[in-house]
Amino acid sequence: MTTTVERAGPKERSGAPRTPRARRPGRIRRVGLPYLLLLPALLLELLVHLVPMVIGAVMSFKELTQFYIRDWGSAPWSGLDNYRVSVDFDAPVGEALLHSFLVTVGFTLLSVGLCWLIGTAAAICMQDTFRGRGLLRALFLVPYALPVYAAVITWVFMFQHDNGLVNHVLHDQLHLTDKPSFWLIGDNSFWALLTVSVWKGWPFAFLIVMAGLQNIPGELYEAAALDGAGVWQRIRRITLPSLRPVNQVLLLVLFLWTFNDFNTPYVLFGRTAPEAADLVSVHIYQASFVTWNFGTGSAMSVLLLLFLLVVTGVYLALTSRGRRPADA
Amino acid sequence: MRRFRAAAAGAVTVSLLTAVTACGGGSSTGGGSDDSPKTLTYWASNQGASIEVDKKVLQPELDKFEKRTGIKVKLEVVPWSDLLNRILTATTAGQGPDVLNIGNTWSASLQATGALLPWDAKNLVAIGGRDRFVDSALGSTGAEGKDPAAVPLYSMAYALYYNKKMFAEAGIAKPPATWAELVADGKKLSKGGKWGLGTEGSNPSENIHHAFVFAKQYGADFFAADGKPDFTGEGAVAGVKQYVDLMATNKVIAPGNAEYAQNQSVSDFAKGKTAMLLWQSASANLTSQGMSEDDYGIAPVPVQSGTPGTGAQVNSMVAGINLAVFKNTDNLDGARKFVKFMTGDEEQKVLNTAYSSIPPVKAAQADASFNTAANAVLKDTLAQSAAALPQVADESQFETAVGTAIKGLFADAAAGRPVTTDSVEAALEKAQQQMPAA
Repeated sequence: MTTTVERAGPKERSGAPRTPRARRPGRIRRVGLPYLLLLPALLLELLVHLVPMVIGAVMSFKELTQFYIRDWGSAPWSGLDNYRVSVDFDAPVGEALLHSFLVTVGFTLLSVGLCWLIGTAAAICMQDTFRGRGLLRALFLVPYALPVYAAVITWVFMFQHDNGLVNHVLHDQLHLTDKPSFWLIGDNSFWALLTVSVWKGWPFAFLIVMAGLQNIPGELYEAAALDGAGVWQRIRRITLPSLRPVNQVLLLVLFLWTFNDFNTPYVLFGRTAPEAADLVSVHIYQASFVTWNFGTGSAMSVLLLLFLLVVTGVYLALTSRGRRPADA
Repeated sequence: MRRFRAAAAGAVTVSLLTAVTACGGGSSTGGGSDDSPKTLTYWASNQGASIEVDKKVLQPELDKFEKRTGIKVKLEVVPWSDLLNRILTATTAGQGPDVLNIGNTWSASLQATGALLPWDAKNLVAIGGRDRFVDSALGSTGAEGKDPAAVPLYSMAYALYYNKKMFAEAGIAKPPATWAELVADGKKLSKGGKWGLGTEGSNPSENIHHAFVFAKQYGADFFAADGKPDFTGEGAVAGVKQYVDLMATNKVIAPGNAEYAQNQSVSDFAKGKTAMLLWQSASANLTSQGMSEDDYGIAPVPVQSGTPGTGAQVNSMVAGINLAVFKNTDNLDGARKFVKFMTGDEEQKVLNTAYSSIPPVKAAQADASFNTAANAVLKDTLAQSAAALPQVADESQFETAVGTAIKGLFADAAAGRPVTTDSVEAALEKAQQQMPAA
């Protein structure tokens, strides 16, 4: 430090020749300008994403209970204790987390699968022009466009035991059940949650697949039709392979959104979700606020983050490996 | 020009970094000050039938306060479902209201966070002294041996509300005094789509209030004398089971009540769908739902023996709302003045009348307007047979954990699954293990 100061003393600087100096900042300016322009975005990215993540990770190593939440700094370090509690699957806290994790995995697989299936089917049906197509497309997108809270609270009313529309139709009109079912408590809550999630999620799949379909040249279908390919064959041999890159991204995004979804279960069940529909995001929230131990909650969040990172990484590695030979 | 640009970039960087540190949460000092003596922020809990009702009740009083002191009070009525979380968030961020309402059962938990101004001798003198308040209400203001974390604002007690007409039609002459009578009456009343009793099976707080009283009647407490959770004692299990059995075995509560959490049971009672309701200070709420005061009677909550009292004859928790001051308020003096105003005799009469609660201030409680038959039951209960929920730091965790466990038991009962001593014990055991290791 001292040497730098000596070397760049004021005398030397003022006596230096002007031309080469002027050129160097000029180049820095040319090369540096894009970075300078990116700087605000970068700083905001740090502020909005990375800083909270790092704080969350730090919290997970602290004993952040009600006695310390007023002044985080004074909370004692607890090492790996929070993680030990979270992954001790023989003890109730870990057992509940594992249960919640498994429920979430099952729920996510079903929801993503159904969203994709319904979305793709609808998009393919909408591929040919017919009267009323625009109207139907708009109608299909409504669930996606509705504010989550408004949409889900409507479902809450429909799923009510005594006056809900669902029981009215299934029990009172169709007589499919012996007595009115409970949808918001007990085991059926899983299916209620899945229904709402798929209802809310499939229009996104529909939208993306529909966009992907626009890029498939019509000649391919014409050629296939000339060769005598039926509808199924055209879907299997042309549509689906052409949609591959779109589907890869779509499935990943749907997976991450569904796995992390907090709003749907929270609005549907309130703060305490029934065991059958205990998604991990609400579970972590509940765990933090039941015990007021935000350290354990943070540790669970970090574990969830790691899991999603691993899944995403593996998925991307697998799908890009599959693509390379195809590209070559 | 270039230098200017560099300086500008530097300024942006510095301001962003400042923002980062400012967002870094938790003021570590926060002793409170008098920096802004002209305004106060007040978080009120939702006491009336709706948030709008509360605003209508409170705003004229706040205007009165402003006229007298020149301090403007910004009011926010916070729904019960959000209140505790909002307080926790405010505590964590170090930025909250100046004055706030808390459920009196949370006093000890929030006291432990150190976020609330302790009402030491000096602060209590500023609002007229400790002696102005009723003892039972003061018993729910924080852990024993510590300065209160809040002062009582409204007192409430549970009572049995019953529909006179439905009782007459079923040939029942007087409200039940024991649980056996309640079940017998309930069975007579539960027919033709109507039910004997209503409850809020999915509302953890309601569940805990009833479970606490039932456990008391079996001589049990959910916390041992040393403050450790003891949820699985014989009495606690029996108490919880008797409560859930009202739906599971006795079938005097409609199964649909298992998913109630938004005061639907009060609406059901007001509409004559259920004949009985165990509720705290329900009168104002029932009136606003169109039920005339002549249509229902108010009786003490049943006890096993038939005569409410202390010990195993307890028939209500000491319910109520406390008024607290956030320790790092920037208008400490104004906050004290506001608490003095709200707990003053005059305001106590106005507010407790509006909310059909009982004033925890002795002088106001003695007023003739609180001597109606309805209030007599509540007053007697508070004075003779109500017990405070445990004043321990883990109280609010207990409310969530056990309240949620009971929600699950009600779900079992509603689905027709058996609720046995073993299943109750297992649910409570699980709740206990979620509690922070003390």
